[in-house]
Amino acid sequence: MKTGYEKIYERPDTLLSTRMHYCPGCMHAIVHKLIAELIDEMKLQEKTVGVCPVGCSVFAYDYIDIDWQEAAHGRAAALATAIKRMLPDRLVFSYQGDGDLAAIGTAETIHACNRGEQFTFIFINNAIYGMTGGQMAPTTLEGMKTTTSPYGRLAKTAGMPLKMCELVSQFDGVAFAQRVSCNNPANVRRTKKAIQRAFEIQQQGLGTTFVEVVSNCPSNWKCTPEVSLQKVKEEMLPYFPLGVYKEPRS
Amino acid sequence: MGDIKFMKGNEALAEAAIRAGMQGYFGYPITPQSEVVEYLALQEPKHDFVLVQAESEVASINMVYGAAGAGARTMTTTSSPGFSLMQEGMSYIACAELPCVVVNVVRGGPGLGTIQPGQGDYFQAVKGGGHGDYRLIVLAPNSVQEMADHTMLAFDLADQYRNPVLILSDGAIGQIMEKVELPDPVTTKIEKPWASTGKTPDRPRNVITSLYIKPEDMEQKNIELQAKYRKIEASEVRFEEYLLDDAEVVIMAYGVTSRICKKVVDLGREKGVKMGLLRPITLWPFPVERVAQLAAQERVRMFVTAEMNAGQMVEDVRLAANGRKPVYSTGRMGGILPTPEEILDFSLQHMK
Amino acid sequence: MLKEMIFSGFGGQGVLSMGKLLAYAAMKEGKEVSWMPSYGPEMRGGTANCMVNISDRQISSPIVTEYDVVVVLNQPSLDKFESRVKKGGTLIWESTTIKNGPTRDDIHVVPLPAIDKATNELKNVKVMNMLVLGALVKLEPVVNRESLITALKDTLPKRYHNLIPLNEEAIEMGMSLVKDN
Repeated sequence: MKTGYEKIYERPDTLLSTRMHYCPGCMHAIVHKLIAELIDEMKLQEKTVGVCPVGCSVFAYDYIDIDWQEAAHGRAAALATAIKRMLPDRLVFSYQGDGDLAAIGTAETIHACNRGEQFTFIFINNAIYGMTGGQMAPTTLEGMKTTTSPYGRLAKTAGMPLKMCELVSQFDGVAFAQRVSCNNPANVRRTKKAIQRAFEIQQQGLGTTFVEVVSNCPSNWKCTPEVSLQKVKEEMLPYFPLGVYKEPRS
Repeated sequence: MGDIKFMKGNEALAEAAIRAGMQGYFGYPITPQSEVVEYLALQEPKHDFVLVQAESEVASINMVYGAAGAGARTMTTTSSPGFSLMQEGMSYIACAELPCVVVNVVRGGPGLGTIQPGQGDYFQAVKGGGHGDYRLIVLAPNSVQEMADHTMLAFDLADQYRNPVLILSDGAIGQIMEKVELPDPVTTKIEKPWASTGKTPDRPRNVITSLYIKPEDMEQKNIELQAKYRKIEASEVRFEEYLLDDAEVVIMAYGVTSRICKKVVDLGREKGVKMGLLRPITLWPFPVERVAQLAAQERVRMFVTAEMNAGQMVEDVRLAANGRKPVYSTGRMGGILPTPEEILDFSLQHMK
Repeated sequence: MLKEMIFSGFGGQGVLSMGKLLAYAAMKEGKEVSWMPSYGPEMRGGTANCMVNISDRQISSPIVTEYDVVVVLNQPSLDKFESRVKKGGTLIWESTTIKNGPTRDDIHVVPLPAIDKATNELKNVKVMNMLVLGALVKLEPVVNRESLITALKDTLPKRYHNLIPLNEEAIEMGMSLVKDN
């Protein structure tokens, strides 16, 4: 039947039609979609094992139609290490938030990177603990108010926010590290490209790949989605500059 | 004749794991079990398994989770403080029903404790150890031979029930060298269609998880786990008996202490006291029925448990004896093995 | 037959390996054996020991506190273990370096100038432990001499096999230094 319309977009096959539990405006949904698109485009569904964390994306396995393992809080890198070691021809990625990857799981993150484990970290940094209700994260900005830093994060006692991309790019084991965001359409496209690069470099067996997505949390930042995007641009990105931090040696 | 070697308990266990077809080993050095990692590291190039020295026991146990979830035969080994660090992972693994073998070569505690042999981790091993309602199948070898045999058995039981199996050894059995006949290598591979290996079009996606956010789902999961545990209790109780047929005093001990208690029985019988030994080989499931049968027999006057702790297994013996006969507890703490004479004297005193 | 023994000395004197060799030789003769090392932070220079049990029957306890045979190669070991020799048991002590010898008279005390003999006559102090082992099996025939030599061949890495004749010589010398019990 001719409708006069042309189909230019559809839900990727690997993205399940389940209704997501994410709050309106949250970037998790966008990153999920990008991963699903890439798995479709790269024909990786049969080859991929994802590791989801404890945090808002704990239910990632309800949305992306691939095999998954659900990790304990902070342990995704340990699981991903073992999965990739057992199944070296599969594509393995961990999907982790800031509390998971950069606080409780810092040891696992750093040692997996240092060993050059051949999987991809997808790191969603929204500077707050979302699922538990807005507590201070290792990446909470200086002065930012959270339920456990109600007067603003004090660098004197809580330290400065951890810059994970800068940190992990120091390791010889890390082949690729890029910080991206999804705060505007151009950046969404860059995020997709970054994840694709990471997956490709993983498939080439060059080392650990790390994509940090500077994200938002309208609910716990207590603002509208629109304002949250402004805050990403004006507050997050100056401290967490976008860019490629590590490239494979050519 | 099989392959006879003179080996340390820890080495025999490591060699048996290779022969059981272990595909992934993840561990962190700690005395007195480090020989396991060392032995495997030496053997790694000659075999088809992966070894990762993890950054901590926390990472080791979660690597075991990942490897087991990917369908591999996998193992980690540690000693007491390391096993405490693993408890979070043990709980997740039990709930996700992942088959794996975990070894605790127990030393004296609590705290940093001593590196000498101990049995103070009994409660932690048989009552759960981590959070939530779960059980491990717990094997307690008492010789280098059993370190090898139990390792083979542990991998099989783990796969059969999709349940973590704990080998609860001790510093003495880990460090001692004895004769061991090594088991033949396993060649058959077990199908694990539930594993997360990449979703194929012929099946729904496999999700390895211990997350059941709705209470009704969590309860249902618990009901299923408990049903599995009842099945294991019905089928997998293992124990060894020594001169129990006419015994008036039943000595109970496991691991290295059970060997000492065999001597207690001999010494007691030399003095005219009819003693016998009941040695649980599976600490969970515990030989509840056998203890109950013995407690119901008129000639049995009492039970004596001997452990290298303040008295832990004694509670399970008391539960099983259910008040029908007195149950006394003796032993040493702090990494010291009780002598046969100490246990015998204790038993004789309580006969008066 | 059950012989409960302990070998004790400085780390590096070869106490662990002599005990291991004896246990291995006995195993090859079809006996039940156990070897249990002291383990801990003292890798070098500290006192190391191992317990060796040899029996016709399954060994009940690999760790015991009183011994039929005690072999001590340094003063701290003698001070620690002299009292733990069973009445009527045997105490072999290295008499070149131990200044304060044993005092008990209810045990069989055997001084052995093993370090002196190994250094001056065999020109290699490292085989001192084999010399002691030779004396031991002469006094307590838990294994025969041939089993020890076979055990050496089985357990020494190939690159050290050129040292087997020297070890054999040390065992012989040890045997010649003592009389039968």
